[in-house]
This record gives sequence, structure tokens and C-alpha cells, in this order.
Amino acid sequence: MKNLSNLEPGEKAVIDSFSDKELALKLMEMGCLPGERIYIERKAPLGDPIAVSISGYLLSMRKSEAKTIFVNEIK
Amino acid sequence: MTLSQKIKVALVGNPNSGKTTLFNALTGLNQKVGNFPGITVDKKVGACQISQLASKNKVDTEFIDLPGTYSLYPKSVDESVTFQILCDSKNEHHPNVNIIIADASNLKRSLCLATQVIDLNTPCILALSMMDLITADGVEIDIDLLSDQLGIPVVPINARKKIGIGNLKQAIIKIINDFERPSCFVDIKNLAPELIGNIQNELTLKSDYNAFQIACNYKTITGLSEKEKSHFEGLAKELKFNPKRSQATETVRRYKAIDKLIDACVKYPEFSKNNSLTHKLDNILTHPILGFGIFLAILFLIFQAVFSWSEYPMEIIDNAFAQLSQFVGNSLPQGALNSLIVDGIIAGLGGIVIFIPQIAFLFAFIAILEDTGYMSRVSFITDKLLRGFGLSGRSIIPLLSGAACAIPAVMSARTIPNWKERIITIMVVPLMSCAARLPVYTLLISMMIPANQKWLIFNLQGLTMMGFYLIGFVSAISIAWIMKYILKSKERGYFVMEMPTYKVPDWKTVGLTIFEKVKVFLIDAGKIIVAISIVLWGLSSYGPSDKFQEIEEKYQYSENAEVEIASEKLEASYAGIIGKSIEPVISPLGFDWRIGISLITSFAAREVFVGTMSTIYSVGDADNTKSIREKLMSHKNPNTGEAFFTPAVALSLMLFYAFAMQCMSTLAIVYRETNSWKWPIIQFIYMSLLAYLASFAAYQLLS
Repeated sequence: MKNLSNLEPGEKAVIDSFSDKELALKLMEMGCLPGERIYIERKAPLGDPIAVSISGYLLSMRKSEAKTIFVNEIK
Repeated sequence: MTLSQKIKVALVGNPNSGKTTLFNALTGLNQKVGNFPGITVDKKVGACQISQLASKNKVDTEFIDLPGTYSLYPKSVDESVTFQILCDSKNEHHPNVNIIIADASNLKRSLCLATQVIDLNTPCILALSMMDLITADGVEIDIDLLSDQLGIPVVPINARKKIGIGNLKQAIIKIINDFERPSCFVDIKNLAPELIGNIQNELTLKSDYNAFQIACNYKTITGLSEKEKSHFEGLAKELKFNPKRSQATETVRRYKAIDKLIDACVKYPEFSKNNSLTHKLDNILTHPILGFGIFLAILFLIFQAVFSWSEYPMEIIDNAFAQLSQFVGNSLPQGALNSLIVDGIIAGLGGIVIFIPQIAFLFAFIAILEDTGYMSRVSFITDKLLRGFGLSGRSIIPLLSGAACAIPAVMSARTIPNWKERIITIMVVPLMSCAARLPVYTLLISMMIPANQKWLIFNLQGLTMMGFYLIGFVSAISIAWIMKYILKSKERGYFVMEMPTYKVPDWKTVGLTIFEKVKVFLIDAGKIIVAISIVLWGLSSYGPSDKFQEIEEKYQYSENAEVEIASEKLEASYAGIIGKSIEPVISPLGFDWRIGISLITSFAAREVFVGTMSTIYSVGDADNTKSIREKLMSHKNPNTGEAFFTPAVALSLMLFYAFAMQCMSTLAIVYRETNSWKWPIIQFIYMSLLAYLASFAAYQLLS
């Protein structure tokens, strides 16, 4: 399964699950829940971190953190 | 509770929800800022009086602005403070009423924390901020239905325009008089029925949810006794309670309920123009070339402000204190008291007040950058560059403003959320070449390098100066890199961070930030600085009395000998004695006792070096660099008969000033910002060692 760091800006996906339990709690309280639609808004100039659009707002995270989020891509 | 008592109100909300703007609107200048005991989290308490509409009685109300958080689960020190105050009814700040601030343009996420707080069963009011934003976007919220479904009053506000503030105050009075417990928004009792029931009985808690939070976090709650903690631990083990999984389940359930609530209460337009301005601005501000270009331009502006615009007000302050000390010096009878007041206290106070313009300018910029939402973009574009050095995108502003002055720079490190990154930033900021090193460098470079010497087309003096700025920067990031491996962090660092939509800054918030930072510096650091100033004054104006008398007698018949007397007295003073006694230690660096005295006195501030040197070498006019330079250049080494200030000595001395922690004001502010003497002491030791080694190597290699 793809993780969030595999996606390119402009690609959409639905969150499936998390691999890091502790980080998952933090992400979930910020609105990143399984089943939620997520959209890669942009990457930082050096490719890392990334900014995603979730629940109607912008969230930035490092690629290492995006790796812990498994997603299903929406074509 | 009755209305004759003081009502305690807590402001709870997400970061960037407009919480601080509301706090300022409610309390104005009537606020006290400090630290929570034992930790460096801003504690803001403010007061106001609410007049009751019916009886016209005034009710004293105390507001506390709790650190912004996304949920009740404490993951950082900031969040832990909010958690303790809300969940522990024995906490001194535990509120009678909560005002929950929810960003209407981010309602779903705001309601996660909001409904958690509601489930704790303290009277709550929901204040809906950013209503103007969503109205512009064509979003409609059914306020009455929302209030009905949540079971609490909902008040739309616009804190900047002071709309809804009166309604909010009346809602506080009303809810105190009749509070009806709403039913739990999310039922969690079935996640651990026995454990929750037991905790409820043990602590006589009405709320299931409060008991559930205690079940998840009993280890960190300060209000519980050790006996209670071990009882809950045993119980949790016995019942196989898994806090992480339970928390995850709770969050999922909560968001499901919130989705349903939003479906019922909020109507979104078919075509949302949501955030289009933010999107366009981000295209420019996070652009690989433009983004960095604009950031550098802003940095340049900040640097200009802190470095050169603040020169004018600083000069005015300097002159004012000079006049004050002259006035006081002439009005009071000559003697020890006169000297203590003029050279000890007034000089010490002047040394503090002089920093106000720099602190004010830096925090004006920082407040604007924070309030507009640009600061999170700075982190976004610079994070990767700094991460390898144990720093984060948030470290860049403190680090670079350290090139003007370390004091405001250390204070600005408070915006770094991660403990480890923040400590590293604070520890290395004083290595950046600050403005106070300039006079020292100017004097020593002019002694080391002839004025018109060139390398290719560049002026060699200028190049050397630039080299020393570079040394400061390179050593700062190198030390940061080393500390990354040494420091062990208690909390896990995340970079998961909201990038708020761009907004016009709220000038009242900017003004209050400046006011607050200046006040904190003057009061908290000022106390320590005045105390050290007085000690330094004592050391350099007193010595064994027979020596001082001899000097007086020696010159009693000579006129115009003040300069010589001052020089000899300084040599005979306790500072002079210390300077001489450390000579064996500093002679491997090429320094003699005269430099030793200057090293001690310039602990007050680095630029004092020039003044002390001119006193020791009896140069009458301390403002004239040229005359000091000539005097120093003509000084001969008693052993060799050649000039004492060889390039090796000058370079060694410059390196010493580049690395050594010779600034009591910085140490005082590091103490204030880290809340312990541990960090300023470590900083003092490592920087002194670095300075000693660098000077030793330079002098030994070159001479």
C-alpha cells in the first residue's frame, strides 16, 4: 500500500491506517482520520516537509512523518 | 457558586484560533504574564469586572489564557498545563467556567477539543471566532441548532472589532447562575467501565470523561497522591486497560459524532472559494527562488531594524543615563554612596534599559510574522536546512537575530515548540557575533591590520570583520550539531503543524507582545543584571585600603592627575588583584594582567573592554579609538622590549571575545527562559572553554 510520502503535489488520497501509534494519536486529533480525504497541496522548496490539505485546512509535516500514513490513492 | 466570589474563567482553544486576541479584548492591559511554576510556559492571567444587567452589580472575573492545544491529551509541556488545569479540580487555576474558542472556518477540528472540554462537565461557553471569514466564503452555521446539540451557549465573536464580547461576558454570568449539565457528547464509559467507575468513586468525579482522562494520564497528574497513582496503576494493569488504543477509539468516535453535528448545523456553498488567497500567496512565499528571496529580504529588514534603526533610541537612552548620572553625581556629596549610586546602580540600570529598542523592534517583527501566519511558512521552507544540525525551521529567526543581540534572540526562541530544539537554539545563539563585539573587534582589527591593506580588491580589515561574523555562525551550527547527539529529549519532537490562512496582523496583539517582552526583560532579567553590576562595581572600585591610601597620598599635590589615579586604583582594586592572579592562566593565550582585568569587567557587557583598557592605560578620552590604539600599540613587552600587542595577541584576544560568554544580561535571560541555572552555567562553561582553546591555539601557533 502507498504511504503519503509517495504522493506528488496535486494527488488525492483517502487515509487508510497508521504505522506509528503515538504519532497516529497526534494526527487523528488534528483531523487526519482513517477514511478522511487528503490532498497534497505542495512540497517545500527542498522537497521536505510537505503541506497537505485535510478537513479544510493546511497541515505541514516532515516526509518521515508522512511515511507513517498509509493511503489509498484516488485516481 | 455565588456571584459574590471571584469567577475564574479559562480560555481554551486550538493554536491560531484567535484565543489570544480574545484574551486581549477581554482584559486589555490588565494582564499579568509569567511562567507556570517550574516550567517555561507563558502564564497569562488577566482580570475584568462584568456588570450584571439586572442588578448593576459588578462581578470580579479572572481570565487565564491556557496554552493552545488540539486535544486534551498531554503530549507536550504546553498541553500538559492545559490538561492539568482543566482535569484536576484541586489545581489553583481550575476554572468555574470555560470559554472554548472555536475557529468557525475550521469548525470540525476545533470541535474535537471543544467537545472533550464539554464532556469534563465544567460550565462551558463556545465562542465562535473568524465568523467574518466564513461569511465571506458563503458558509452558513445554524448557531441555535449548534448550541442545542452541544448543550451549551454558543456566542459568535469578532475579537478584533470587539463584536460579541459583551454577549460573551453576559453568558458567563448567566451560566454561573443556572448551569445544566449537558449529556456527554461522546459516550466512552464502555471503553473501560470498571476502571472509570472506580476512579469516579475514588475521586468523587461527576464526569465519566474526566475519569477516563485520568485513567489515561494518571502518571502525569500532579494533584494525585502517590497512593492514588499506584492504586490506579494496579487497577489499570489488572483490567488490561490500553490507554493508547482507548484514546484512538475515543478520537474516532468523537469525529464521527462531530461529522454528524456539522452535517446538521453547517451549510457549505456549492463552489467554495475557500483559501484561494492563501493558496496564491503560498505559491509565491514558498516558491523555491522567490520564497527564499522574500525571506532573505525580510531578514535583512529585521536585521536593519535591530541593528541600525534601534541605534537612535539607544543613543537617546545612553545620553539620558549619562546626564542622569552626571546630575546625581554632582548633587550628592562625594563618597562611597555617590559612587555606588552613579557607577553601580545607575550604570547597571542604564545597561538594561539600553536593550529595550532592540527587544521592541525584534518582537514587533516576530509578532507580525506570527500573527499573519507567515512564520509557519518560514519553518516550512527552512526546516530541511536546519534539521541536520538539531535545529528546526523555527530556529532561524532567533539564530539570525543573535547577530544583532543575543538577548531578544534568546527570548524569541520561545516560539520553538520542541524542547530539545529550543534548548539547542538558546545554547548556541550567543555564539553569533552580536553588536557589542563590534567595538572590541574594531579596536583589535585596527591594531592587527594596517588601514589600507588590501587583498585583491577587498579591504583586509573589512574581510577580517566578515570572517569573524562567519566564525560566529559556523561555530553556532557546529555546536548545535554536537548538542543534537548529547541532549536527551523527554518529549518526542513532531513537525506536524498547522499552516494557518494568511491574515492581516492585529496591531493590538503586536503592541501587547512588545510591551510584555520588554516588561519581562526589565523585571525578570533586570533584577539579576543590577545585582551583578553592583558586584562588579564593588570589585573595581574597592581594594585593600592601605593601597588606595598610598595612591591618594602619592598624588595629593599633583593637579590634573585623575587619569593616573583612576588607572592605579583600578590596578590596586579587587578586580585588579583578580586580574593579576589569573595572569598565569591567561598568559599562554598571550594576555597579561591588564587584559585580565578587562576580561573581568567586560562581563558586564563586552564593549566595556574598550573603556577598561583605556582606564588601565590611562587614556583620558575613552571615546577616541585612535588614541587608545596608539597607547596600546606603544606598550612594550617588559621581557622582550618589543611591542606587546603583536598580531598574535590581537587575534587571540579577538577569538576569545568571539567565543567567551561575556554578557551577564544574556546569562540572566537564559536563566529566565530555561527556568534553571543549569543551562546558563553549562553555557558559560562550554563557551569559556571554547574561547580558551581557540585563543590558546591561535597564540601558540602564531607566536
